Amino acid sequence: MAGYAVEIDDVTVRFRSKKRDVTALADVTMHVEPGEFVSIVGPSGCGKSTLLKLSSGLLPASKGDVRLFGEPVNGPRKDIGYVFQKAALLEWRSARKNILLQAEMRKMPAKEAAARADELIEMTGLSGFEDALPHELSGGMQQRVALCRALLHRPPVLLMDEPFGALDALTREQMNVELRRIWQETGTTVLLVTHSIAEAVYLSDQVVMISARPGTVAGVVDVNLPVERDYGPTMAEPEFAKATRHIRDHLGAAAAAE
Amino acid sequence: MVTHTQSARTGQRERAGEASGIAERSRPGLGQRLGGFLERSWRPFALLAALFVAWWGVTAAELVEPYLVPSPGNTFDAIAARPEYFWEHTWTTTYETVLGFVIAIAVGVVAAVAMVQSSTLEKTLYPLLLFAQVIPKIAIAPLFVVWLGFGLGPKILVAVLMAFFPVVISMVTGLKSVDPEMLQLSSTMGAKSGQTFWKIRFPASLPHLFSGLKVAATMAVTGAVVGEFVGADAGLGFVILQANGNLDTPVLFAGLLIMSLLGVLLFVLVEWLEQLLLPWHASRRDEGASTTL
Repeated sequence: MAGYAVEIDDVTVRFRSKKRDVTALADVTMHVEPGEFVSIVGPSGCGKSTLLKLSSGLLPASKGDVRLFGEPVNGPRKDIGYVFQKAALLEWRSARKNILLQAEMRKMPAKEAAARADELIEMTGLSGFEDALPHELSGGMQQRVALCRALLHRPPVLLMDEPFGALDALTREQMNVELRRIWQETGTTVLLVTHSIAEAVYLSDQVVMISARPGTVAGVVDVNLPVERDYGPTMAEPEFAKATRHIRDHLGAAAAAE
Repeated sequence: MVTHTQSARTGQRERAGEASGIAERSRPGLGQRLGGFLERSWRPFALLAALFVAWWGVTAAELVEPYLVPSPGNTFDAIAARPEYFWEHTWTTTYETVLGFVIAIAVGVVAAVAMVQSSTLEKTLYPLLLFAQVIPKIAIAPLFVVWLGFGLGPKILVAVLMAFFPVVISMVTGLKSVDPEMLQLSSTMGAKSGQTFWKIRFPASLPHLFSGLKVAATMAVTGAVVGEFVGADAGLGFVILQANGNLDTPVLFAGLLIMSLLGVLLFVLVEWLEQLLLPWHASRRDEGASTTL
């Protein structure tokens, strides 16, 4: 059992507010292999983001077990990288210093951190923008900085919560291609929450579909596309069409049944 | 030196921006900033000049009795006649104001940090704070004179009391306005609460603090003068009170003029400090509508 990178076993999450109890997730079970790219899709408010918060230990499960590499998660975990929809950068720090925040908080050796930052800046195409302040960068560039920051400490698991949701369609496609490449280069396990079915299928080995209120696993789709995925040709593959259609039908049916 | 490195860096970034086709906005240099300042601030200065001319016009045409409204000339003559007198009293008020302002900042920031750390403390302190704010300072000032005598003490205390409130409120707001995702991120980095405070919370609260400081700066001047009104043998408040008793309107006007100038100067000083300490915030604010000088 210790072989899984992320293990969510029969987990239920309830939020208690003064007026009512809300069950965000009900009896969710999902397993992610190390090095796998798994996307989570589903309608708004189905608890997709809650799944990531659970995995990182930012949120406790009301019932069930969450484990990272076989180790039970209780309290915030340090061995993950997190990217939100908003870049969440510190306005007063340059791109490079925002990336290095990760190193400062972890008290990483300065030399090692600087070298790693350079490597990531190069990898994500941020070269030439290291000294720019966040508000001087475009949305795509800001999100690249957030990605670098999340990868600085070489986390075995990268959690991404709709990281490209605020970007325009073209930038988003570009970022998808880059993320796929970066994932291949780093070999990290990725858990990606997204609204875009195409994005999920293009990027992932596996797509987990979540139904709404309370969130349950509605199905899992294995994406049988080759490892090397050029954007245009991949989109034209029959397997791509099959997978996206399957997910769309499934989520559509789930929404219609409500 | 500063301008040189800045422009060099901007140039480099602009080239990079061209290369990748992404729009880039360069940071303004020192000269540009000064030009920008002049361009933005000529209107208030023009209005001030117009008011001055109106003042001069009214007195020159003798629309009002000179003993009610002295002419600008008479007012400046009053200052020129006794420069040491005005210098001495201006210095006293400046001293009280600045000291009161600085103490208010220190106490206010510490109180705000403590209140944000502990909600129990916040609930306990807030009503007291509000009470201290709503109580008319002019009414409580005589008590301070009874307690602390005729020296600087009561003036500084009133200045602190007046300037303290905006500092606390703005700092509390600032510390609470940190992006919650930033804080979650910080906890996944394994940050200690001290690290989170100094690297994220505190710097993020500074723009809010500075808007409070601008209000507090003007309040501190008022506080010092109120303190002087109640019982003093020095300071601009004392000058005005004395001139009032003698029906010496030129001196009264001179005192008022210097006092206002003092408030404006302190305000501008705070704003300048903000530009210096938070260039990232100032450059960002320039993009939107500016509400400051």
